[in-house]
Amino acid sequence: MSPQLFDTLLGWAMTRPMFDLLVKGMWETVVMTGVSGALSFVIGLPLALILVTTDRGGIFQNLYVNRSLGWLVNALRSVPFIILLVAAIPLTRLIVGSAIGIAAAIVPLTLAAAPYFARVAEVSLREVDRALIDAARAMGATRMTILRDVLIPEALPGIVSGFTVTMVTLIGASAMAGAVGAGGLGDIAIRYGYQRFETAIMVAVVVILIVMVSIMQWAGDALARRIDHR
Amino acid sequence: MVVKDIPAVVLENVVRRFSDRPALDDISLTLARGEIVGLIGRSGAGKSTLIRCLNGLDRPQGGRVLIDGTDISGLSEQALNPVRRRIGMIFQHFNLLSAKTVAENVALPLKIAGIDKPARMKRVMELLDLVGLADKAGAYPAQLSGGQKQRIGIARALAPEPLLLLSDEATSALDPETTQAILTLLKDVNRQLGLTILMITHEMEVVRQIAHRVLVLDAGKIVEEGPVAKVLASPQTDTTRSLLRGLSPVLPADLAAMIAPVGDQALIRVDVYGPDARRPLLAEIEAITGSPARLLHGGLNDVQGEPYGRLFLALGTADKDRIAAVVARLKPETTAIEVLGYVPATV
Ligand SMILES: Nc1ncnc2c1ncn2[C@@H]1O[C@H](COP(=O)(O)OP(=O)(O)OP(=O)(O)O)[C@@H](O)[C@H]1O
Ligand SMILES: [Mg+2]
Repeated sequence: MSPQLFDTLLGWAMTRPMFDLLVKGMWETVVMTGVSGALSFVIGLPLALILVTTDRGGIFQNLYVNRSLGWLVNALRSVPFIILLVAAIPLTRLIVGSAIGIAAAIVPLTLAAAPYFARVAEVSLREVDRALIDAARAMGATRMTILRDVLIPEALPGIVSGFTVTMVTLIGASAMAGAVGAGGLGDIAIRYGYQRFETAIMVAVVVILIVMVSIMQWAGDALARRIDHR
Repeated sequence: MVVKDIPAVVLENVVRRFSDRPALDDISLTLARGEIVGLIGRSGAGKSTLIRCLNGLDRPQGGRVLIDGTDISGLSEQALNPVRRRIGMIFQHFNLLSAKTVAENVALPLKIAGIDKPARMKRVMELLDLVGLADKAGAYPAQLSGGQKQRIGIARALAPEPLLLLSDEATSALDPETTQAILTLLKDVNRQLGLTILMITHEMEVVRQIAHRVLVLDAGKIVEEGPVAKVLASPQTDTTRSLLRGLSPVLPADLAAMIAPVGDQALIRVDVYGPDARRPLLAEIEAITGSPARLLHGGLNDVQGEPYGRLFLALGTADKDRIAAVVARLKPETTAIEVLGYVPATV
């Protein structure tokens, strides 16, 4: 498609600066959700494994660790995200050096998504049949082997689905973070769509979000189906 | 084939309670090396719990469990691992890993034993050949039938060349032909490697074919124990009798209906096993009573070359003294006689 034709088509819907603004916003949203999603995964999965294996009858049973961690996760999960955004500012300053911008938004987003994903992954891990763990124990498997060869692979389809839900939730939450100065699509929707009544922009943002969520969900479902051999 | 002096398994006064209800109530037993022992009992008798105590999957609250002379009762999970690597276990519900292929499932115990990948794959293919499923190496358990899953479970249990095999209904999901193949396989491994096998089964046919000895468990207690031929021929408890129902002949209904407290001649049931089963019973009876005895029903069967059987005989006399003499004279260790009642001379 020639640049002229592109501009003509675009002109029907919006101006070139508007378009560039949306592309930039989309990119920022992708970075925010991508980075905080990845962080949530690497923090949440070990959390889930600890929550499951330290519980009564688990392979690393340690009720003190289990209850403390469970309490921490619950506490984080019960703070409304909008409060967390503000409450996390000192911590964000400490880590990122600033409280506004994309990098700054990643801190509260991760703080909200990691415990959420930990709980979702925990459910999948708990659903792994105890009999399979027994089979590995009967073979003389070490606890690490049980984690690596039984618990994680058996729960993986559920973990992938859970991670998909987490990512979708993150896309929504990142728009909210945008509203408090983090950039991204949420920021655009508030500044142009809501405060200046530019309906076209508002609609464009919503459409882009729908497309992003759909792609995420579709990719997650496809992956989960591929690795599920049950 | 019994090979060595240290028993493969010793249980001493083992007690396992689930919320105060005993599932195992003071169990003591010994499995000699190279022995194949059948474990039978009703559903809920504690069979699975018993074999789970042998590899520490379940911990008894009382008593001792010795494997190859090592007391495992107090060992931690980690300390148990070397012991467990020498024990194969076949599970009642297969317990295959759904995320791993058939080959990966069978390879797991080898991986745990630290065997390198090429050697592992070679052994896996041998085992899959052995259970007739080499073509399924790349399939996932969900794509297999129940019988195929069980055979994979068997291959997995045999993979690390265990010294002790614990089998929980290994053949109950299999058709008769596959059952035969698996039993032959287990017998071969038993003979060649001196593998000790404890097998739970509800199929008496399986016990009859491969077990040297049988244990009967009821409500957490061993209620009967002995050589298979002896237990099959003359079960001592009601539990055993009801478990064996269908395997030993019962009197046909028309004959059973004729039995009365008085009549022309006595009808006796004779349970025999061992060489005594082939003695000239009818002639011996005639010598005592003076009248010919007749075989009305029953016959002999064999357990791994040992004859055993149940016979229903009409004695040709109703004379109490003579009958008592028959019972007294024909009753060595290996023969059980019961007078069932009296029937008309015309039967
Ligand atoms: N984990 C458990 N928690 C509570 N009770 C249990 C547990 N495992 C077994 N039991 C109880 O112990 C008893 C023996 O169970 P077990 O599984 O050993 O029976 P089984 O002889 O193997 O029966 P089946 O032939 O049906 O497999 C049963 O009454 C059962 O309810
Ligand atoms: Mg059972």
